[in-house]
Amino acid sequence: MTDLLTPVLSANWDIDRAWTLAVYEKNGGYRALRKALEMAPDDIVGAVKDAGLRGRGGAGFPTGVKWSFLPKDNPNPRYIVVNADESEPGTCKDMPLLMASPHTLVEGLIISSFAVNAHTSFIYVRGEVLHITRRLQQAVSEAYAKGYLGRNILGSGFDLDIIVHAGAGAYICGEETALLDSLEGRRGQPRLRPPFPAVAGVYASPTVVNNVESIASVPSIIDNGEAWFASMGTEKSKGMTIYSLSGHVANPGQFEAPMGITLRQLLEVSGGMRAGHQLKFFTPGGSSTPLLTAEHLDMPLDYEGPMAQGSILGTKALQCFDETTSVVRSTLRFVEFYKHESCGKCTPCREGTWWLVQLLARLEAGQGVEGDIEKLLDLCDNIGGRSFCALADGAVACVTSAIKHFRDEFEQGYHTPAWELFPYEKNCLFEAAPMKVGAH
Amino acid sequence: MTEVANKTDEVTCTIDGIEISVPKGTLVIRAAEQLGIQIPKFCDHPLLDPVGACRQCMVDVTDDGRGRPMPKPQASCTITCMPGMQIETGHVSAKAEKAQAGMLEFLLMNHPLDCPICDKGGECPLQNQSLSNGAAESRYDGVKRTFPKPINVSKQILLDRERCVLCARCTRFSEQISGDPFIALVERGALQQVGFYEDQPYNSYFSGNTIQICPVGALTSAKYRFRSRPFDLKSQVTTCEHCASGCELRVDQRRSEVLRRYAGDAPEVNEEWNCDKGRFGFEYGRGEDRITRPLIREGDVLRPASWPEAINAAVRGLQQAGAAGDHPYGVLTGGRLTVEDAYAYAKFARVALGTNNIDFRSRPHTPEESAFLAQAVAGTGLGTSYADLEHAATVLLVDLEPEDESPMVFLRLRKAYRKNRTRVFTLAPYASAGTRKMGGTVLPTVPGTEADVLDHLDPTEVPLDANSVVLVGERAATSPGALTAVLDLVHRTGAKLAWVPRRAGDRGAIEAGCLPNLLPGGRPVTDAAARVDVRAAWGTDALPSTPGRDGDQILAAVAAGELKALVVAGVEPADLRAPATALAALENVDFLISLETRISEVTARADVVFPVSLFEEREGTFLDWEGRERPVHPAVPTTQVMSDLRVLAALADALGTDLGIRSAAEARTELAELGVWAGARPDAPNAAPLQQVRPGPGEAILASWRELIDDSRGTDHAGELLATARPTVIRMNLDMANGLRDGSPIKVAWGEGQITLSLEIASDMVDGVVWVPRHPLSRGTEHASLGRLGAINGELVRIWTDETDPAFPAGGNEGDPR
Repeated sequence: MTDLLTPVLSANWDIDRAWTLAVYEKNGGYRALRKALEMAPDDIVGAVKDAGLRGRGGAGFPTGVKWSFLPKDNPNPRYIVVNADESEPGTCKDMPLLMASPHTLVEGLIISSFAVNAHTSFIYVRGEVLHITRRLQQAVSEAYAKGYLGRNILGSGFDLDIIVHAGAGAYICGEETALLDSLEGRRGQPRLRPPFPAVAGVYASPTVVNNVESIASVPSIIDNGEAWFASMGTEKSKGMTIYSLSGHVANPGQFEAPMGITLRQLLEVSGGMRAGHQLKFFTPGGSSTPLLTAEHLDMPLDYEGPMAQGSILGTKALQCFDETTSVVRSTLRFVEFYKHESCGKCTPCREGTWWLVQLLARLEAGQGVEGDIEKLLDLCDNIGGRSFCALADGAVACVTSAIKHFRDEFEQGYHTPAWELFPYEKNCLFEAAPMKVGAH
Repeated sequence: MTEVANKTDEVTCTIDGIEISVPKGTLVIRAAEQLGIQIPKFCDHPLLDPVGACRQCMVDVTDDGRGRPMPKPQASCTITCMPGMQIETGHVSAKAEKAQAGMLEFLLMNHPLDCPICDKGGECPLQNQSLSNGAAESRYDGVKRTFPKPINVSKQILLDRERCVLCARCTRFSEQISGDPFIALVERGALQQVGFYEDQPYNSYFSGNTIQICPVGALTSAKYRFRSRPFDLKSQVTTCEHCASGCELRVDQRRSEVLRRYAGDAPEVNEEWNCDKGRFGFEYGRGEDRITRPLIREGDVLRPASWPEAINAAVRGLQQAGAAGDHPYGVLTGGRLTVEDAYAYAKFARVALGTNNIDFRSRPHTPEESAFLAQAVAGTGLGTSYADLEHAATVLLVDLEPEDESPMVFLRLRKAYRKNRTRVFTLAPYASAGTRKMGGTVLPTVPGTEADVLDHLDPTEVPLDANSVVLVGERAATSPGALTAVLDLVHRTGAKLAWVPRRAGDRGAIEAGCLPNLLPGGRPVTDAAARVDVRAAWGTDALPSTPGRDGDQILAAVAAGELKALVVAGVEPADLRAPATALAALENVDFLISLETRISEVTARADVVFPVSLFEEREGTFLDWEGRERPVHPAVPTTQVMSDLRVLAALADALGTDLGIRSAAEARTELAELGVWAGARPDAPNAAPLQQVRPGPGEAILASWRELIDDSRGTDHAGELLATARPTVIRMNLDMANGLRDGSPIKVAWGEGQITLSLEIASDMVDGVVWVPRHPLSRGTEHASLGRLGAINGELVRIWTDETDPAFPAGGNEGDPR
């Protein structure tokens, strides 16, 4: 079964000191860069388009098409900003990649910048991951020392500076316009669009914002050809990608496979759920994607599969929960996260998450009152699709999907505490001190 | 807003089934408002950049113009009308209605609902829209977010964070409109709040506007908080009396006491803004010093008298003085009168006193300025306008600091800079805060050398043409040759010109004829045809035909014994060029009549004092700097008050002359019938610049103007407002400071007096120049100001420090006799 996996980005993760330039180069690193610098920039954009690479941050927009949106007649400099603000609960693909092989991103960013003719590019790393920031900085400085960055890169005449910028710890800064505000030194809150970043992004100049994995996939496309990349995956979702398994699974971690693999296959490859337990529900791509159940084990995990089931692929962060889990409790935890991370700019997100948390908390405590479920759904309707950015849509997705699949558990919240229905110690993966329940 | 859009730039869309064509780029909410369709909103404000924060104005777009419906409701304050777009508001779409009601429920969820004790209760958009668009009952039964309240964002502005709906109107106003971003949203989620830096409170000249645009009761003023309910107030629309910007005001009174003033909505003038002085400076008439009865001098004291007795005394005094010579009278009117009152003085001086000795300028002035006003300002009607400023390619400021001297000009120039990339140049010794906020470029100028700088402007650096405006301030009168050079410049380049005085009554006084060289309507006194006009209108046989004395000359003539009697309106001697000399003249003149609202240094020296009505009791007109008529109406019911005009009419009667006007309306009619002078305009001034003075050791050239909030009698009793005044400093460059740091006490002396000021380095200050506010607020024991000492812009002052620093100030010309 292991031949289902296609390690490309993760191929070098188990090599000793893979994060150093010497080891990266020894295993074929920066070969693609040399090749790319021989190519016409437009051909690189064309290759990425033809490969069918789609944004790995969750939205799935074709990367090459995004690049070609940069206006040709704008006199301002162009920028690429790499979104490395991975903060979604459950999502853990970019951070391991940057930890294990930061040069994959650096090489990809140099090629991508060359392709769109950007001479300064930024990597916006979430503020909490100091160690990764240091590895990235080290990688960038190694690349400068080796002549992969700076003036006249490898004699090509192409100049590029990469700036690694650490965020200050806000989930909202993963939203691309909030990220740009934060990068400019402002408070991270989403911007009004239009203008879109392609026209007026960082410093009001044409800007592409790409996910780490998207940019990191570029060297492999250049190195192996677009046909190689497009040979993997499904019809509309090409290539390989990193799936992150977490939760009540036997072996949590990152599994790189072609687009369209199913959760059943991933579980088989990884060793299944923890011994003696069955899957109850999972998120396909982090907590902001509507949750799915064991019914969807055979759904292809490509951009189209979850969409057909009323969910979205998101960041392919498969959080798996077994039958010991209270859906009410897990939903409350998710919404508490969004309440904490709501930037406060718009009313429905700021006030709505505050309200949702209070309703869910009393349902968890078995103190819900008749009508709370209808109220929850109505509030979600008043929040979702009304907010300034997509954060609030994510916040309500877990609530509406949880009620859709497990309404009876919410109804039990009218009379019985969740900790009685689902004793929390059975749900816990680790030996833990007795938990104080019902306190928030 | 005033331009007519080109039809080809219009888009047609449909809102609630009604088709409308609007200029491309129009927001859906604006188009709906044009149709009279109300969409509830909080963050949206037509004069602020869209933000889309409150999400209240949701509409349903059933067709985006390309045949597809938009799946989610849209915020109508951030989407623009597209051709063929079909929009349904909450009035017809259940989807939009639910979105709006849901949003109101969210906004009220954490709101304290303390409407019964909230200042805004009764005039609150949140309250009103909850009734029109919300549910009767909230479904929220959880815990509300609480904050300690209120907190001071400045001495004047209080913030109640519980009531705040985080619409960001106040923070956007402070950043976008006034350019004073001292308040900002901080924290996140439900804890987001308006924050400020305690070491830098929100001291902005325009901070009061945030209270007015706050859609809830989150921002209140220390002045008005808990003072009244809106439904107890009676409102009157009028015009602000504090400067020549001409702001429309809405004055609210309860039981004949003015409780607050709001900016009126006058798109062509102040848009919807005003300054804090205009908003909060309205209690000056409430002190013990208010004069309520006529006063007559008896020895050393002024005693109350009846009106007939006072009028008899005045007539007797004037007649006795008149016996001494040929019309030995002078009239000083000050710059605070309405056009109608000023006209009464102008007519009274000519008809009853037979003299052209009349001047409104209670500030340094020159014959050059008189000629400039006669040539380029008087009788020109509505000339260069606010709209011209907004759309000018280039604006050149000459001796004008708009933020201090005409705040609405400042706001409009900042808008022009932000919206239309207007380039602002200023002849100034350094870049003031106001200049920076207008994106202004300083043309470094030593006060007194303006003429030289103007004569040598580089057209490539400062491109002036018909699409440019030159604004000249009243201070230019202190710089010999400057006004001559300004006229030369506008004739050379074709640029528009406007003279921007400081006082609300200045422009009107010119039109009314309160100048020694001008009769009403800009008619030269020396022109026989002009005199014929006026004689016919006034039904009088003779008018004095030689130009009279200007203000300074009147006072000098009193000192020389040539003038025997003065009639003085609202004049503060400290504002004059030589306050000590002026006070001596007032003291020594044989007979002094004062028409005043409050005890002043003039009334203290008067022989007869007539009480006149406060501004808030008056009817009339101001002319703003544009020359635009701005109506003044009584904000409180008036009973036994007399305007200057009524007093002068009574005096004229008693003198045996009919002034012919008894009310502001009659004066206005007469002035309108007289019209403006259509004959030859007087010659332009032709004054030569003076040789530049050069500071010797320990000397500096003074740059000085009045700050907006300073030691003005118009802001008496407005304690919170005065607490937001700027600190009193002396500014000079690093070289002159020679190692002294900000905060060092610096002594400045002029003539016999000296004052101490705190140093503030202005690194770009022209060498040899120090800037000092002309009339800073009296703080602690310091009561003198350079203005009171008599020092004016462009003069030499001595500076030193008591901190043992023999090297201070650096520079100066050793042993250079000046």
